[in-house]
Amino acid sequence: MKQQKLRVAIIGPGNIGIDLMMKIRRSKVLELVLMAGIVAGSEGLKMAAEFGVATTIKGVDGVIEFGNLDVVFDATGAGPHTKHAPLLKAAGIFAVDLTPAAIGPYIIPVVNMDSQLLTADNVNMVTCGGQATVPIVYAINQVTPVAYAEIVATLSSLSAGPGTRQNIDEFTQTTRNALIKVGGAQEGKAIIILNPADPPIMMRNTIYTRCDATKIDEIIKSVEEMVTKVQRYAPGYRLKVPPYADGERVVTVVEVEGAGDYLPKYSGNLDIITSAAVTVAERYAELKNGGAI
Amino acid sequence: MGKIRIIDSTLRDGMHAVSHQLTPEQMAMVAAKLDEAGVDTIEVGHGDGLGGSSFQYGFTKCPDAEYFKAVSAVLTKTKLAVLLIPGIGTVEDLERAMEYGVKTVRVATHVTEADAGEQHIKFAKKNGLEAIGFLMMSHMAPPEKVLEQAKLFESYGADTVYITDSAGAMLPADVTARIKLVRQELSIPIGFHAHNNLGLAIGNTLAAIQAGATSVDGTVCGLGAGAGNSQLEALIAVLNKAGYTTGVDLYKLMDLSRDVVEGLMHRPQVINGDTLAIGYAGAYGSFLLHSRRAAEKFGVDARDILLELGRRKTVGGQEDMIIDVAIELAKSKGSKVI
Repeated sequence: MKQQKLRVAIIGPGNIGIDLMMKIRRSKVLELVLMAGIVAGSEGLKMAAEFGVATTIKGVDGVIEFGNLDVVFDATGAGPHTKHAPLLKAAGIFAVDLTPAAIGPYIIPVVNMDSQLLTADNVNMVTCGGQATVPIVYAINQVTPVAYAEIVATLSSLSAGPGTRQNIDEFTQTTRNALIKVGGAQEGKAIIILNPADPPIMMRNTIYTRCDATKIDEIIKSVEEMVTKVQRYAPGYRLKVPPYADGERVVTVVEVEGAGDYLPKYSGNLDIITSAAVTVAERYAELKNGGAI
Repeated sequence: MGKIRIIDSTLRDGMHAVSHQLTPEQMAMVAAKLDEAGVDTIEVGHGDGLGGSSFQYGFTKCPDAEYFKAVSAVLTKTKLAVLLIPGIGTVEDLERAMEYGVKTVRVATHVTEADAGEQHIKFAKKNGLEAIGFLMMSHMAPPEKVLEQAKLFESYGADTVYITDSAGAMLPADVTARIKLVRQELSIPIGFHAHNNLGLAIGNTLAAIQAGATSVDGTVCGLGAGAGNSQLEALIAVLNKAGYTTGVDLYKLMDLSRDVVEGLMHRPQVINGDTLAIGYAGAYGSFLLHSRRAAEKFGVDARDILLELGRRKTVGGQEDMIIDVAIELAKSKGSKVI
């Protein structure tokens, strides 16, 4: 039996929304039927119309009026999503939240996807830094308890839009919380650095973990397996420096090159969160079609 | 001639030179003497500011709050300031610091990224603090770009904007060009923070004042990242001779330097091959000790690491790139690493 595609809308036709659109268009289980914005004639709305996708400039209200939707990706901001979340819930629409609002639980596809999808009606994609680093902390924590995880995410200035800049505290706090809640570290810290070098640098993430560094061989194996799993949805995710023991800490560096769908390849930070979001929605579709939800 | 405001950073930038290991008691001892000497404002905490204590930058001996508590208890007239680098420190950290009498926050961003500091400047102003915008690595941007970013800080409500030579890479003419332009276009006071990697800290500070800066930084014994900052005792002597008023007692600073700070230092604060390489390459000053450590671990020359970091246009805070560069240099030499 041919599976029915789930009907999907995006709120927020900015860089992230457009990149999501390009990815959803390739999906076998999701069909983009609506792009919602609030500014008539914006680039994202124009592109959606060119692709034959319906558009609205009434934001979330336009989405609710449109009706008959299964999944909404929210790529607006923390403030707007706080208002959108109850409306989507009341309309029975599953929400994938790419803002720092974090109304629903954090979700990292390779760590806790099914358990969250089976219980929540709104999931939060953490941050780009969280999507890139929490899997590594989780992989290390599977081998030996991580007492403290600290990550440093360095992004090219061009790939950090006004949303990231104005909410830089939310970025560090949300990422830190996910290192603990999803990664399993007892304590956490996140640092973000913006680098304006030209040509733009790739997103790079250094992950420091305080743990039993004598288990480095098992740690390397666990991390390498994890990287392979992340690569299934983010092919540009690479182990730049494999885990090595340095005194009481283990240091790992990962780099993320974007797929270059809409955003340039150096925007790996944006690509990993949009890729993860689409992966989450596709898994939701599978579970729903399979009758699990 | 005009009055110049002095902000002492011995207990913040100076922490880089001692791997962030001063104790709250040591800080209180220094702070009390700076207060007695008439220094307007002192900046305290980890070298990388609020939230800086980390694997990336090194852990402080004690939590931030203990430093603020110890220092605020001994201050009578001097104002207590903290540094906040957005991406490292947060408004939450600042709120905690405010419980200990912090009156001034310097919000520091890379010279092209002032908008990352908007929320912090606005929070500070809303909560009655003095807010200073601090444009780090100012040598990496031309004067027009520095001006554009300084204007952003002014538009967020900053009380003062600093041009910061974090790499100690500027020549006096570079300082003059930037300060002069910003001075002409902004209505708020302009400050300058120097590093001595090229031996120009005092000269550059004087150039900044002559170009219109009215707030400048120094540290006792020059204690700070790289080859250190403008040595405050010398700076005060120079400013006295040049006819500026600072309100700082030179003899008391000299005594503090000899009797207290010299004893806290881990090594002499001098220009040597490595610190000179920082200024020459335009790399961030606090990369110094981290590069030496990586050089030793991976069997390469610290100067090569620092020059490569400069070539790659690394910015402040990218200490983790040091590992990458050291590993790549070791590999290119044919060494087997990790």
